[in-house]
Amino acid sequence: MSKVAMLYDASKCTACRGCQVACKQWNDLPGITTSNRGSYENPADLTPATYTRIRFREVEEGGQVKWLFLNWGCLHCTEAACVKVCPTGALKHHPMGFVSFERDLCNGCGYCTQFCPFHIPRTETDVLTGKGKSSKCTMCQDRITNGELPACVKTCPPKALDYGDFDAMVAKGQARVEALKARGFPNANLWGDKFLGGLGRLYVLTEAPEKYGLPTKPSYPWVASIWQDWVQPLAEASFVVGILGTALAWLIVRRNIRMEEVE
Amino acid sequence: MTNHWIDLKNSDCIFIIGGNPAENHPASFYWILKAVEENNAPLIVVDPRFNRSAAKATLYAPIRPGTDILFLGGMIHYILENELYHKEYVLHFTDASFLLDPNFQGPAELDGLFSGYNAEKRTYDRATWKYQTDANGEPLRDPTLQDPNCVFQHLKRHYARYTPEMVSKVTGCPQDLFLKVAQTFAETGKPGKAGTILYAMGQTQHTVGSQNVRAMAILQLLLGNIGVAGGGVNALRGESNVQGSTDMGLLFHTLTGYLPTPTAKDHPTLKAYLEARVKAAGKSYWQNTPKFMVSLLKAWWGDAAKPENDFCYDYLPKLPSGDFSWISLFHAIYEGKIKGLWIMGQNPAVSGPNVRMERAALARLDWMVVQELFDTETCSFWQAPGVNPKDVKTEVFVLPAADAMEKAGSIVTSGRLIQWRPKVAEPPGEAKEDIWILDRIYRAVRELYQGSTDPKDRPILDLNWDYGDPPDVERVAREINGYWTQDVLDDKGNVIGRKGDLLDTFAKLRDDGATASGAWIYCGYFYDRDDGTGHFMPSCKRRGTKDPGGLGIYPYWGWVWPANRHILYNRCSADASGKPWNPDRVLIRWDPEQKKWVGNDVPDFSPTKDPTEPGGDDAFIMAPFLKGRLFSPLNEGLFPEHYEPLESPVKNLLSSVQSNPVAKIWNVDADKPIGDLVGDRERFPYVATTYRVVEHWQAGAMSRWLPWLAELQPEMFVEISTELANEKGIKNGERVVVRSARGEIQCVALVTNRIKPMVVGGETIHVVGMVWHYGWKGLATGPSANELTPHVGDANTMIPEYKAFLVDIRKAV
Repeated sequence: MSKVAMLYDASKCTACRGCQVACKQWNDLPGITTSNRGSYENPADLTPATYTRIRFREVEEGGQVKWLFLNWGCLHCTEAACVKVCPTGALKHHPMGFVSFERDLCNGCGYCTQFCPFHIPRTETDVLTGKGKSSKCTMCQDRITNGELPACVKTCPPKALDYGDFDAMVAKGQARVEALKARGFPNANLWGDKFLGGLGRLYVLTEAPEKYGLPTKPSYPWVASIWQDWVQPLAEASFVVGILGTALAWLIVRRNIRMEEVE
Repeated sequence: MTNHWIDLKNSDCIFIIGGNPAENHPASFYWILKAVEENNAPLIVVDPRFNRSAAKATLYAPIRPGTDILFLGGMIHYILENELYHKEYVLHFTDASFLLDPNFQGPAELDGLFSGYNAEKRTYDRATWKYQTDANGEPLRDPTLQDPNCVFQHLKRHYARYTPEMVSKVTGCPQDLFLKVAQTFAETGKPGKAGTILYAMGQTQHTVGSQNVRAMAILQLLLGNIGVAGGGVNALRGESNVQGSTDMGLLFHTLTGYLPTPTAKDHPTLKAYLEARVKAAGKSYWQNTPKFMVSLLKAWWGDAAKPENDFCYDYLPKLPSGDFSWISLFHAIYEGKIKGLWIMGQNPAVSGPNVRMERAALARLDWMVVQELFDTETCSFWQAPGVNPKDVKTEVFVLPAADAMEKAGSIVTSGRLIQWRPKVAEPPGEAKEDIWILDRIYRAVRELYQGSTDPKDRPILDLNWDYGDPPDVERVAREINGYWTQDVLDDKGNVIGRKGDLLDTFAKLRDDGATASGAWIYCGYFYDRDDGTGHFMPSCKRRGTKDPGGLGIYPYWGWVWPANRHILYNRCSADASGKPWNPDRVLIRWDPEQKKWVGNDVPDFSPTKDPTEPGGDDAFIMAPFLKGRLFSPLNEGLFPEHYEPLESPVKNLLSSVQSNPVAKIWNVDADKPIGDLVGDRERFPYVATTYRVVEHWQAGAMSRWLPWLAELQPEMFVEISTELANEKGIKNGERVVVRSARGEIQCVALVTNRIKPMVVGGETIHVVGMVWHYGWKGLATGPSANELTPHVGDANTMIPEYKAFLVDIRKAV
C-alpha cells in the first residue's frame, strides 16, 4: 500500500454525527460543555478533546436552500507543515502515509497549530504543570495499523466515509464526481487530491469548495520548511547554529506568519 | 411497514412525507441513497422544514403542518384526472368497481360532511356507508368503472375539489412545486415501476392522523405500489422495538396479534366475541380468529382453560365503555379516578401532551412506580420547575432496570423482522431485568391470593406462569411462539402434533384447545429452522446471509412476521395471470407446471391457488372482501377529507367544516390556568410543530445523560424563519419566549432559511419548529416543548395533535 486515505462523500452525509461520537468513544475523549449558538453545529470548533466534527452551512441561491455538511478534522497532508515544524518528531509521516502523532514525544511547542494551513492541531497547556500537548485526528493509527477501519468510517450509517489506498480513493472519488454530475450536480468536484502532495482526507463535494468554506489552493509558508529542511541538519553539525536557527525561525514566525483561517 | 428497510433500495421513487428518516432513522439512508444512486430514483421530501432528509432530496416541497390530506388528495386528483393510475391493478386488486349504497353522500355533496352526521353527538350514523350487495352478500360491481355509484367514481368526485390551486392555497406549497411532486410520484403508476411512501409521526399525530394514513394507502393502491418490491406504505416506527410492543398488545384496544380487546357491552361471552369477529372478518383470514383467540387463552391460563369454561374467557378483563387512550388515562388520574400508576421505560413528564397538566395529574396519585435506567423527569416530577415538593403527596418508587444490552430478548423492526439478541453485559448495581421484576411482582401478588376461594381471584391463581427462577426469557418466547398442549392425531392415527412441541406456523392453530400461542402472528418465530447453511436454531436467532434473488429479502436472517413474509400483499407483485409486473423484482409468480406460487418471498396468498380461477386475484387476504380498500370507514368518514387542525391560523378553505367533526376533544378545566385550553389565532398567530433530532432519543432519558450526545445538542431550541426573526427583532442564538394557550417556555432561537413563511389563502403564515426532547434532568436540559402542545386527539386512535398547534413568540427580556 503506497499510502492510505479517507474519502468523505458529502452527497451521502446526513450529518448524523455518528463520526463525532465514534471518534470520542474510540479515543477516550470527554464530552465537553457546549451551548446552542443558533446552529446544529457543536462543538463550535475542534478542541483538544474534539478531533473531528461536522460543519453545517446553509446556502441559498435563487430562492433554493441547500444545507451543506462537511466532515472536518486532520487532512493528513502528504506535504505536511506540521511534520516539518515539529521539533520533537511527535508528528511524523507513518509509512502508511497518514500523519501519526506520538503524544509522549510532544513538547507542546504549538508550532503545528500555527503552521497547519487548515488550523487543525490544537495545543493546550496544563495550568498546573505548565506542560503543553497538541492533539489531532491520527486516522485512528492504533486501529488502521491493526487492520481495522478508522472509528468514524466504521460507524458511518450511510457509508459517506470510506477508507483505503490513496489511489483507489481518488479513483472512487472521481467516479462519484462523474456520477453526481450526471445526476444534476454540475459543480460536483473532488477536493484534496491535487495539492499538498495529496490529502489523506479526500472530499467528494456537490458544490464548489468555497461554498463549504474550503480554500481552493491551500498552502503553507516556506518558512515552515526551515526547521526540517535546514535547521535540523545544521543543528546536528552545530548545536549553537541550531539554537540560533531556532531563535531565527521563531522570530520569523512571530513576525510574519498569520495562519490561514479556513473556518 | 408493508415492506421493509432493505427493500427501500428496490424503489424507483422515494416519497417522504411526515417523516424525517435522516434524523430519526439514520441507518435507513444507506438504502435510500442506494435507490437514488443505483435506480436514479427521485427522493421527494415534503415537510414544513427543510430538514436533514430534505438536504439529500432531489425534490423538496414545503407544506403547512396539518394539511397533508389536501396535499395527498391533490395528488390523487392529479392521478385520476390525468389517468395515471395503474388500471389493471386498480381493477383487479382494489374495490374501485364496487357499487356503493345509492344514499351514500360525501363532502363534495354535503359541504365537508359525509351522510349520517349527528352534530349533537359529534358522531356518524353509518347506515349508508356500505357497498351494495347481492343476495349472497357479494358486492355489486361495475368493471367499466363508469357507474356513478361505484367507488372509483365517488373517489373521483370527492377529490375533484382538490385542485392544484386549492392545494397551493391551503398547504402553502407553491403550485409548480406541488405539480412537480405529483408528476414525479405518478410515474410509479406505470406497470413494473415501484414507489414507496415513508412516513412517521408527522402523519399520525394530528386530529386527522388516521385519515392521513388512509390517503397514502389510496394513493399507493391507485399507483399499484402495494405488494411490490420497492413500494408500500411504510410507517417508520419511532423506537427500536415499538413494533414489537404493539404486536404484543401494548395499546388498550388490542390483545396480542391485533386481536381487538373484548368489551363488556358487546362481548360478554367467548361466543359473542368470536361471532362478532368472524362476522367482521368477512372473507378475510380473520375468519380464523377463534383459533387465534382460543390459543391465546390457552397460553395464558393453560390447563385451567377448557372448552367447558370457555377457555377462561371470563378471566379476561373486558373494556368498559369509554376510551383508555393516553389523554383519557391522564384525565382519569387528574380527576382522581386512578390512584396508582406503574411506568416502565417511559417518560411522560416530558413526552405527554399539555405536559404541565399531566405532571399535575401525577401529583394527584397516591403512588407511582417507575422502572427506569436513569432518574428521569417522571421519577422526579415533584421537582419540576415551579413545583414545591412539599405540595406533592404522591409516593414514588423507582426500580432500577436493566438496559436492552443487559438482557436477552427479541426486538422487532419496523419491517416486522424479529431478531433475538443475547445479553452482553450484567446490569449495574441493583438494576434488574424487567422480566425479573415482573416475575417477582406476580409471585408476590399470587401469594396474597393463595388459598382464596373467591371466584374473582381465579384469574390470578390460575394464570399459566412458570418461567423458572430466575425467569428464563426463552420460556416466554416459546409460549409466545405456541406449542401443542396435547398429542394430536389425524384420522389415520398419524401424529400431527406432540404435546409440548413448538408450532411452526399459525396455520396449525386450533380452536379446540389443542394448541396454545401467546401471539398468533409470531407463531413459528422460535421454531428451529435452517439458517441457510444447514444449522438449525430458533428462527429469530438465525443470521444467515443468503439472499436468493438479490432483493434484500434475506430469508434466513431472523424471522419476519407473518410466516416469514417480507412484503405484505405480495400477490399484487404479479398481474392477474400471475406474471410479475417487473421481471427484475420477482416476489412471487405463478408456475403453471408446478401449479403453485414460487419466487423469492413467501406468498401472501394461498400457495396453490391458480390465478385464473375465481378469486385468483383476491390479493388482500386480510380485507373483508379481499380487495384493497379505496373505500374504508373510519370514524370521520370514508375518504380522507381535509379539515384544519383544532388550532389553526386560517378558516378551512375547502368546506365550512373547520376541524375534524368527530375529533376527540376533552374539556377538563378548560377555564383554569392548567387545563385543556385551546388557543386562537388572535393571541397565538404562528403555527408550531414538534419533532426530534438525531442526537437525542425520545424524551431524552437515554441520551441527555450521555456527555457525547449532550455536547452535540446541549439545550432546547426553537427554529424560526429569518423573516419572522426580522419581524420580531430576534437575532440568531438569542433567547426567546414561546407561548401557547397551555403555557410558555424560554429557549434559544435558531434563525434559519430552512423554514419559510407560507402564503395561505392570500395571507402570510409563519411556522415555527420545536424539538421535544428536553426536560430539567440530565446533562442537556431545557423546557419541554410539550408544555405547549394541546390535549386533543385523532378521532380513531386518540393520538394527540403534537404536530400542529398555535403559539406566539417574542424576544426574552
